[in-house]
Amino acid sequence: MAYNHKIELSKPERFAPGHRLCSGCGAGILCRAMTRALDTEDKAVIVNATGCLEVSSFLYPYTSWTDSYIHGAFENASAIGSGVEAAIKMKQKKGELEGNFKILVIGGDGGTYDIGFQSLSGAMERGTDMTYFCYDNEAYMNTGIQRSSSTPRFANATTTPAGTQSVGKVQNKKDLTEILAAHGIPYAAQTTYIGNLRDLHEKSHRAIYTPGPAFVNVLSPCPRGWQYPTEDLALLCKMAVDTCVWPMYEVIEGKWYLNYEPKTKLPVEEFMKLQGRFRHCFKPGNEWTIEEAQKYVDSKWEELLSKVN
Amino acid sequence: MSIKDRMSGNEAVAYAMKQIEPDVFAAFPITPSTEIPQYFAQYAADGKVSTEFVTVESEHSSMSACMGAAAAGCRAVTATSSAGLAFMYEMLYVVASARLPVTLACVNRALTGPININNDHSDSMGARDSGWIQIYAENNQEAYDNYLQAMRISEHPDVRLPIMICQDGFITSHAVENILLEADEKVKTFIGRYEPENYLLNSQTPLAVGPYDTCPYYMEHKVQQAQAMKNAKQVILDVAADFEKAFGRHYGLIETYRMEDAQAAVVLIGSTAGTARACIDEMRVEGKKVGMIKIRSFRPFPAEEIAEALKQTQAVAVMDKSEGFSGCGGPVFAETAGALIGLPKIPMMIDVVFGLGGRDCRVEDIRRVYAHLFEMIENKERGPVYLHMGQRSNEKEVL
Repeated sequence: MAYNHKIELSKPERFAPGHRLCSGCGAGILCRAMTRALDTEDKAVIVNATGCLEVSSFLYPYTSWTDSYIHGAFENASAIGSGVEAAIKMKQKKGELEGNFKILVIGGDGGTYDIGFQSLSGAMERGTDMTYFCYDNEAYMNTGIQRSSSTPRFANATTTPAGTQSVGKVQNKKDLTEILAAHGIPYAAQTTYIGNLRDLHEKSHRAIYTPGPAFVNVLSPCPRGWQYPTEDLALLCKMAVDTCVWPMYEVIEGKWYLNYEPKTKLPVEEFMKLQGRFRHCFKPGNEWTIEEAQKYVDSKWEELLSKVN
Repeated sequence: MSIKDRMSGNEAVAYAMKQIEPDVFAAFPITPSTEIPQYFAQYAADGKVSTEFVTVESEHSSMSACMGAAAAGCRAVTATSSAGLAFMYEMLYVVASARLPVTLACVNRALTGPININNDHSDSMGARDSGWIQIYAENNQEAYDNYLQAMRISEHPDVRLPIMICQDGFITSHAVENILLEADEKVKTFIGRYEPENYLLNSQTPLAVGPYDTCPYYMEHKVQQAQAMKNAKQVILDVAADFEKAFGRHYGLIETYRMEDAQAAVVLIGSTAGTARACIDEMRVEGKKVGMIKIRSFRPFPAEEIAEALKQTQAVAVMDKSEGFSGCGGPVFAETAGALIGLPKIPMMIDVVFGLGGRDCRVEDIRRVYAHLFEMIENKERGPVYLHMGQRSNEKEVL
């Protein structure tokens, strides 16, 4: 059935209000969307890596999660997911499981690209039947905006500050979705918060209901780290895809599909200029940083186009 | 009727696991515990167990997978040693604080730095404050018996804490000795079913595990955890009593040997007890009043029981099979000394750190310890408190 935003939003909310995420943060949108993508009658176990989301959504004795939820540590959400999967299989074997349980793992880029990478790779290789959602806000936001391997080049982070001798982060962003696709998992995708969230919904649903491991990487702006007015969240996502900084694509059984191609590919500065973390790039003398950023985006975009065609 | 067999300590534990048939086994190999998952993998491959055998990519992940499975309402087990246990440390605390009854077979091995694969207790001693129950075995029989008792202790409603069943690497884990095994049905009956009140996969009531615990709640939770560890003492004894009823072998928190009139005593953990017992038997023939306390449960620590057993003793050597690097003695010494603080007459006490990285400890070594204790009694002088035994050295302070 075609996506109907109104119908989807009329479903009972599974991520309750009252959480303490910042306004203008992308993570909460993902929590609502990924649980909305569950068939209403299905149950879920949410596994969450330590991060902003964890400390904002489950402060004892309150929780925003209406589904079962477990948090262990920063780097091991995927391994916990594997344990839950083993339990599901065992309880099914014993005839002790009522209902259809899906495992939704969620972590930020720190818990996914970096400290949780080994655990994630292991769970994917083992074929764990779970969906890993990364809310990628491109730095360690919970500890105060330190760089991660997901932070893009030239971004100002508190451990890669711009200064008289520095133009922010030195390295390019790690292409994690590609690395996950290289695991040969049945489903990997990139998306963000665009329009009526159809793309996010459809990918989440496909990921959750694909047997075996699935990975959905969701670009999730952070108003504190990226330094934008909270109401600009949707605009930033739109600019990320229209500049091809964050292409929306999916890899289904090894086949690459592009889900959105901008009519006019905008220059990368249209994305960068909205954010305080790139402010130094626009200072006289630093024009080259924007040129470099553009070159990188162009080469990655060409690379992607060659895969989807 | 028990079944007579011959097995190594590792096989004995793997055999116990097969009989218990836990729901989930998360496995990652490390010497000398590797055989446990290997034996078990074969049981699974041959259809002898229905356990979900999850081959993870690290020990951190094996403990994490155990956490997920246990929170989801399953019996979850793993096995490890040394650096593997060290890699789990973070999760040991998390699992204990989440009050999940995970069972870990710890085959004690020296911690790396430099790398060494042989036995000492530095791995599990490092984890002593993690909130896990720790039960130590002297030999393969005890490793088997302790494992059969583990889940009854750990899953008890007054406890709900994870449990580590420890045995000495190679000395116990690899030496093949006679053993009495119990029949599968009797084991299954003894263990019983695991029916947690709350678990993630309860379709009626969802559960949230692992919150951000702020200042107004954290301390209450820690005190509850501490109370659970206190409660574990009685539960260990109750389970041991049931075990004796079912299988005829007796266990306590500590085991005393010839302590009734002992003037000089050693306090130790693990396989060295067998060596000490042989030494005591020899020396008793010579008329020397020597005895031993073997600590079976290090967590919870049986302070009252040790104090009671040592109240008439004149000189005590605590034998630490790990260096705590406190600069003033190992962990067993510190805790034993602490246990005696309420005694009207505290015996002279020394710490003997020995056996590090598998350095052998023979009957004559234990004899030297007793000789030293009798010298102290004779001279009415304790002398140096913190000694190392067995290393090459010309220093006088070395036993």
